[in-house]
Amino acid sequence: MKTGAKLLIEGLQREGVETIFGYPGGSVLPVYDELYDAPVRHVLVRHEQAAAHAADGYARASGRVGVCLATSGPGACNLVTGIATAYMDSVPLVAITGQVPTSMLGNDAFQESDITGITMPVTKHNYLVKRAEDLPQTVRDAFFIAGTGRQGPVLIDIPKDVMTAQLTEAPPVGSHRLRGYQPTYEGHALQIEKAVALIGEAERPLLYVGGGVIASGASEEVRRLAELMVIPVTTTLMGLGALSCDHPLNLGMIGMHGTEAANYAVTECDLLIAVGVRFDDRVTGKLDAFAPNARIIHIDIDPAEIGKNKPADIPIVGDARRILEAITHRLAGQDGRDGWLERVHRWKASAAAHSDGEDTLSPAYILQEMSDLLGSSGIIVSEVGQNQMWAAQHYCFRRPRTWISSGGLGTMGYGFPAAIGAHFARPEETVVDVAGDGSIQMNIQELGTVAQYRIPVKIVILNNMYLGMVRQWQELFYDRRYSYTELPPVDFVGIGRAYGVDGIRVEDRQDVRPALQAAFESDGPFVLDFRIDREANVFPMVPAGAAINEMIGRRQA
Amino acid sequence: MKPHTLHVLVENRAGVLSRVAGLFSRRGFNIESLTVGTCEEPGMSRMTIVVLGDDAEVEQVKKQLNKLIDIIKVSDITERSTVERELALIKVTAEPGESRAEVMQIASIFRAHIIDVGAKSVILQVTGDSDKIDALEGLLRQYGIREFVRTGKIALIRGSKSSKSQN
Ligand SMILES: Cc1ncc(C[n+]2csc(CCOP(=O)(O)OP(=O)(O)O)c2C)c(N)n1
Repeated sequence: MKTGAKLLIEGLQREGVETIFGYPGGSVLPVYDELYDAPVRHVLVRHEQAAAHAADGYARASGRVGVCLATSGPGACNLVTGIATAYMDSVPLVAITGQVPTSMLGNDAFQESDITGITMPVTKHNYLVKRAEDLPQTVRDAFFIAGTGRQGPVLIDIPKDVMTAQLTEAPPVGSHRLRGYQPTYEGHALQIEKAVALIGEAERPLLYVGGGVIASGASEEVRRLAELMVIPVTTTLMGLGALSCDHPLNLGMIGMHGTEAANYAVTECDLLIAVGVRFDDRVTGKLDAFAPNARIIHIDIDPAEIGKNKPADIPIVGDARRILEAITHRLAGQDGRDGWLERVHRWKASAAAHSDGEDTLSPAYILQEMSDLLGSSGIIVSEVGQNQMWAAQHYCFRRPRTWISSGGLGTMGYGFPAAIGAHFARPEETVVDVAGDGSIQMNIQELGTVAQYRIPVKIVILNNMYLGMVRQWQELFYDRRYSYTELPPVDFVGIGRAYGVDGIRVEDRQDVRPALQAAFESDGPFVLDFRIDREANVFPMVPAGAAINEMIGRRQA
Repeated sequence: MKPHTLHVLVENRAGVLSRVAGLFSRRGFNIESLTVGTCEEPGMSRMTIVVLGDDAEVEQVKKQLNKLIDIIKVSDITERSTVERELALIKVTAEPGESRAEVMQIASIFRAHIIDVGAKSVILQVTGDSDKIDALEGLLRQYGIREFVRTGKIALIRGSKSSKSQN
């Protein structure tokens, strides 16, 4: 005899799941009872939102499907922000929730919520499983959907009586049976030919690569195409690490807080090769002024992204890695694009010339020191706000999956729990959460989790005692009226200590490096509270709705 | 902006209609009409959706619909040669005497059927394309329409072509 709960755990094992993040409650007790001696590790977080973010961080760091578990009603609802975050960034996630017994469904029973209804707009797909017999196949299908095509979160809601139902025989599990789901992987041959021709003819081509390149493991192909055809590369926030920061063709990040080189290059290019990107408004600024003179090749696995915001001359639907491979294979190489490269490099050099050159505790300095110390051994996770943009601008990302950040939804409170997940995915790497003092307070209770399991995540708080990014907008666009964005000082080291986590507060520039060293050398979790310049800003900046080359301010380092 | 008619073949599962309707409202697409019922393929249903928009918008609608796991196939049959029908029931004020006679005359011109007669009203059933139903409604308005329901459009491609799951 096997219970539904047992079938669920067996299903997870069949999918190769080793670690799940969760929080118990009445409706999932049968599953927790099975977990008591199952060969699947369960990490107890302090808030379900953190379970979802941790599963997400696990997925982004490993490339595998992350799994979180919560009880019905409030537990399930607490997952929603995490699920929505994963949805916006196309992260493969399976969320499992308990539900009231089927006989009570729809009765507003204690701790009932219509979680499949609630999550419909933020999941790739979801299930309410009404019979234990359906569990094994549902788990199989859910993992298949989450981890293929354009990846995304899938939710499985399981009523308590389905978990306790006894089956004499385990139902067979076939391959997935999804008539309506057939992702396209191979690019259309004719379109590829056309792309090859355009790349050959272009005088000022630019590669614009995003999260899709990381997801499909296409970094090498990007580098090969760029080098073979001498094409400068810019990445989106989600694409950082797709090409090493110190590669001579890398112009850095594009968009609202992108580099001058990237934003000017896209304005002047005559061919934009967009790979695994979705022309997000934080990237394009005013759409008409984005790549105004360029023909566009758009490669994406999701047909709905092509032409959604910007029409493509050559749309190619499929897996970025395979398509780039096919394109590069047909190209013979290029001798040089001297004029274009010279121009691009001039922009790059002029931006690099502005260094902070001061002795303040600037965020740029902290991040550069971090970059220096970690080399290519770190995974940087971020919260949201100025801290996120500073990390994106000043940390040198050398490999894919070493930068983990909430891009699409911009979820404050994401970083710390996601860092926990990233640690379980890649325990050999140093995992750092770059945080603001506002964001860290959104899931600070996870200090309990890192203390309990001695998870060696390092929290680097760039503490400006403001909701900094909002304050920056108030400074620039609301006449410095800092309406409800000032935060009183918090003793973060003291909070850490209360949970049993070490920490250091840093107020001077010369203490930055030793403090970072102490944190990285410690084998446990660590809090670093950097009291940075209170009104430091993120520059350059393209005001919302402006053209992408209309940047204000100067880069500070 | 013009009406586009889509045939959407879906898995016959709980929640499919709300997934489709939710997608439309979430993305700000306007549904003109939506009808759904079982069809010739076991385990599937066919929706006929009329959506108002320019070509680019409707292209997005189709792509977004295609992303739903429960949707098996989306076909745009707007430019195809189709037969289209809609059914409407109209309860009209028609006192015995002259006005009732007029209403019955109009009904017969439109090949509508009187399917119920009350003391002061009659109920008409009419099928046809949307224009015909609009026209009938317009004519009957002067007598007083008490209640009016219509099903929304259903359509089939003429001849041997179809929008089956494989073809
Ligand atoms: C959950 C959530 N609420 C509100 C916001 C809006 N928001 C964006 S950035 C920001 C300020 C972040 O402040 P802090 O974490 O201190 O980071 P800083 O910008 O100072 O580095 C806010 C409130 C958000 N992104 N997420």
